[in-house]
Amino acid sequence: MSFTFPAPAAGSRIVALGHYQPSRVVTNDELATMVDTNDAWIRDRVGIAERRIAESESVADMATFAAEKALANSGLTAADIDAVFVATCSSADRCPNVAARVSARLGIAAPAAMDLNTACSGFCYGLAAADHAIRAGASRNALVIGAEKLSDMTDFTDRSTCILFGDGAGAAVVSAADEAAIGPVVWGSAPERGDVLVIEGWRPYIYQDGQAVFRWATTALAQHARLTCERAGVATKDLAAFVAHQANTRIIDGIVKRLDLSNAVIAKDIVESGNTSAASIPLALSKLVETRAVPSGAPVLLFGFGGGLTYAGQVVRCP
Amino acid sequence: MERTQVVEGLAEILEEVAGVNPDDVAEGKSFTEDLDVDSLSMVEVVVAAEEKFDVKIPDDEVQNLKTVGDAVSYILKSNA
Repeated sequence: MSFTFPAPAAGSRIVALGHYQPSRVVTNDELATMVDTNDAWIRDRVGIAERRIAESESVADMATFAAEKALANSGLTAADIDAVFVATCSSADRCPNVAARVSARLGIAAPAAMDLNTACSGFCYGLAAADHAIRAGASRNALVIGAEKLSDMTDFTDRSTCILFGDGAGAAVVSAADEAAIGPVVWGSAPERGDVLVIEGWRPYIYQDGQAVFRWATTALAQHARLTCERAGVATKDLAAFVAHQANTRIIDGIVKRLDLSNAVIAKDIVESGNTSAASIPLALSKLVETRAVPSGAPVLLFGFGGGLTYAGQVVRCP
Repeated sequence: MERTQVVEGLAEILEEVAGVNPDDVAEGKSFTEDLDVDSLSMVEVVVAAEEKFDVKIPDDEVQNLKTVGDAVSYILKSNA
């Protein structure tokens, strides 16, 4: 027996993005009526001014709305999509998975449909999965979605966590390309330290040891981000933008301090969106593209990190 | 190394990381109460101290370092 594989693609590229956030804004002042906290404290510790909370939308709803916009922006139709990857750690429903639900709602016929969970680093893992599938010839046009409803898993009596999270979704259409516009992924984890950030059991709440996560993120990740640029053949000073997982402005600043990013726009969507886990990178990137803050074709470093403790990043050309 | 040298080194770190006036740094001072160092800045202080003094200060040790004096003792004990 000898296997024959479909013709591989030279590379893949992000063609377009889209995002969705619930309309309900929760300000720091509103949280201060629920727990002992205040606006100045939250802004100073994590850099968040407000976040969006889903009242009626499910993870699949938000994923669908974001994917619908990405598809419209790409010029492709549902009929063109042959694979759907959804990064999420907060879908209340296990089966059918979010990817299947999104596909059914958008009329995508018979796609490969999978959810993947690496918590906050999920979008970059999903993007790598799509890129690899396309370069292996297993897909031509894929949807990669990060969607989260962390408010379902947030203890709104715990002032150390309830100030952090928000809900939302971001999506990218990724297509085969003659020249690679998604660079090699650098991915990995520190599994022995996984217990510093957990969402465990049935009807769970998020728990984290904030100091331990902060320490890992500000000390361990810059070297992986630098390696991601090296593998892509891009000097950090030539990056047009840095879109890190939006966990905490002080983590982002800590990573930035260790890299030469003097010419890069530093995404800080966390200020108005909070930490939306796997949705944060596509949300922030989609907004940068929408506001034309980064020129088309310019190199952008995406770097996700979070529960696991997992991380993944790649340099992509801005759509 | 003398205790005063460690205090001086910590004062430099505290100034850089959290903008603490070096004149305010003394062994009896509490990081959070007296010097207004928040929990995340404390992590940055610890990371910088590890480099400066070539010691390891694990996550679960950080909460025991309440005062500058606690940190000095830990660093000297680890260096011994």
